[in-house]
Amino acid sequence: MKYLCLVYQEEKQEANVPRDQIEQAKKDYWAFAEDIKKSGHYIVSHGLQHTDAATTVRVRNGKLSTTDGPFAETKEQLGGFFLIEAKDLNDAIQVAARIPSAKWGSIEVRPIWG
Amino acid sequence: MGIDRGPPHLGITVDTIESVYRAESRRVLATLIRLLGDFDLAEEALQDAFATAVERWPVDGAPANPRSWLISTGRFKAIDRLRKTHREVASEADVPLELSDSEAYDVVDDRLRLIFTCCHPALNPDAQVAMTLREVCGLTTEQVAAAFLTTAPTLAQRIVRAKSKIKGAKIPYEVPARSELPERLASVLHVIYLVFNQGYFTRPDLATEAIRLGRLLVALLPEAEATGLLALMVLHDARRATRTTAAGELIPLEEQDRSQWDRDQIQEGVALVERALTSRGFGPYTLQAAIAALHAEAPSSAATDWPQIVGLYDVLLRADQSAVIELNRAAAVAMRDGPEHGLALIDAILARGELEEYHLAHAARADLLRRLGRKAEARPAYERALVLTVEEPERRLLQRRLREL
Repeated sequence: MKYLCLVYQEEKQEANVPRDQIEQAKKDYWAFAEDIKKSGHYIVSHGLQHTDAATTVRVRNGKLSTTDGPFAETKEQLGGFFLIEAKDLNDAIQVAARIPSAKWGSIEVRPIWG
Repeated sequence: MGIDRGPPHLGITVDTIESVYRAESRRVLATLIRLLGDFDLAEEALQDAFATAVERWPVDGAPANPRSWLISTGRFKAIDRLRKTHREVASEADVPLELSDSEAYDVVDDRLRLIFTCCHPALNPDAQVAMTLREVCGLTTEQVAAAFLTTAPTLAQRIVRAKSKIKGAKIPYEVPARSELPERLASVLHVIYLVFNQGYFTRPDLATEAIRLGRLLVALLPEAEATGLLALMVLHDARRATRTTAAGELIPLEEQDRSQWDRDQIQEGVALVERALTSRGFGPYTLQAAIAALHAEAPSSAATDWPQIVGLYDVLLRADQSAVIELNRAAAVAMRDGPEHGLALIDAILARGELEEYHLAHAARADLLRRLGRKAEARPAYERALVLTVEEPERRLLQRRLREL
């Protein structure tokens, strides 16, 4: 079964993180991705640019509307995702718990339809 | 001779089947959920199996192994139902009709899988309680709704949502692995204790149900904290008859008639505490049970081992830095060293801005002021406690204290 692990964290806080911690986080992410590739959980993952680069698009009555910024203002923002293959929710939770951002942000685990 | 309520053929009556239902229905359901992989289908299968038993047993005689018979029949009926309705079922192809013994009696009791699934932390906390009472204890939706002061449709909806999450997100039907056990067991114990406390004053049936669940859990998974929680519930329950007056007023511990405490239950509780304390990994439930055991064994409030109780609260605070535990410790210090010492500790908690809205903080403070003879200060404290108190027996006690000042 496929699960999408959505990584939420506070964009604003990232500016305050010291350089060496950012380097460490990158290493941790790389090691984590390698880990779940080996265990067969990994399908695809990407980090996202900040929400100031986001555009929200809607079509109402055939009319296109485009607005600057994310769909919803929240304390934590979507910063990336991992699409994984897991045996069941418990397995997916165990994988999500190892995503480095789980230590400072939140991971939303969403099962994929079908 | 009694009057049989069913056809008396072969000595099988509706009563016989009812007693089999009471003894086996939850176990049969738990196994059917595993075999069919679906809660609703398993519940229908369980009803079908018993309906068939009512028809067949008086004619054919009761089977040698009713549980196995009910599981096989339930599964057969479920598959039949699926074929008739063409309902989609992933496992139909691999659901064999014959049931082997190893399938019916898995190494792990299915009820344990059921408990862990119902109390899965990915489910809404209210739904965990509702699912446990319905699926594991066999209470009806109406009974659960009444216990939690909600309506049956609201509760039914909660259960539907939980079941659909179990299916949709694929919450597995399993006992968690060792590495996940501490977190998962904590969630199960929390649900059981919540059920127990919900019935503390008004619903002894819920307290009984919680104790039954606790016993089942200890029998299937004798972890220290599971044993500790069972001990705690049994020891509290031993005092049930003496906790309120006939008029429904709370009787505080020091005024309870200790000759009316249930000695058998206390003996059982104390033995459970000792077992939990000597196993690895005991925690807050065991420590609270140890405190309850000291109270239960004391001949009077004055003759209680207060120094040891304070010591146990110290250990408890190290495991769980909570202001409520601090408050309980303060009450024990008041008994050990005198009311003024306890009062100073409670005032310090309140000065930090904690427990301001907690009725027992103000009630405990009022009691200590009363014992110190400081009536003018005790009155506003009792009044504040009364405003914050919901449970009627506690309110009546506070009202009496106010009258007697």
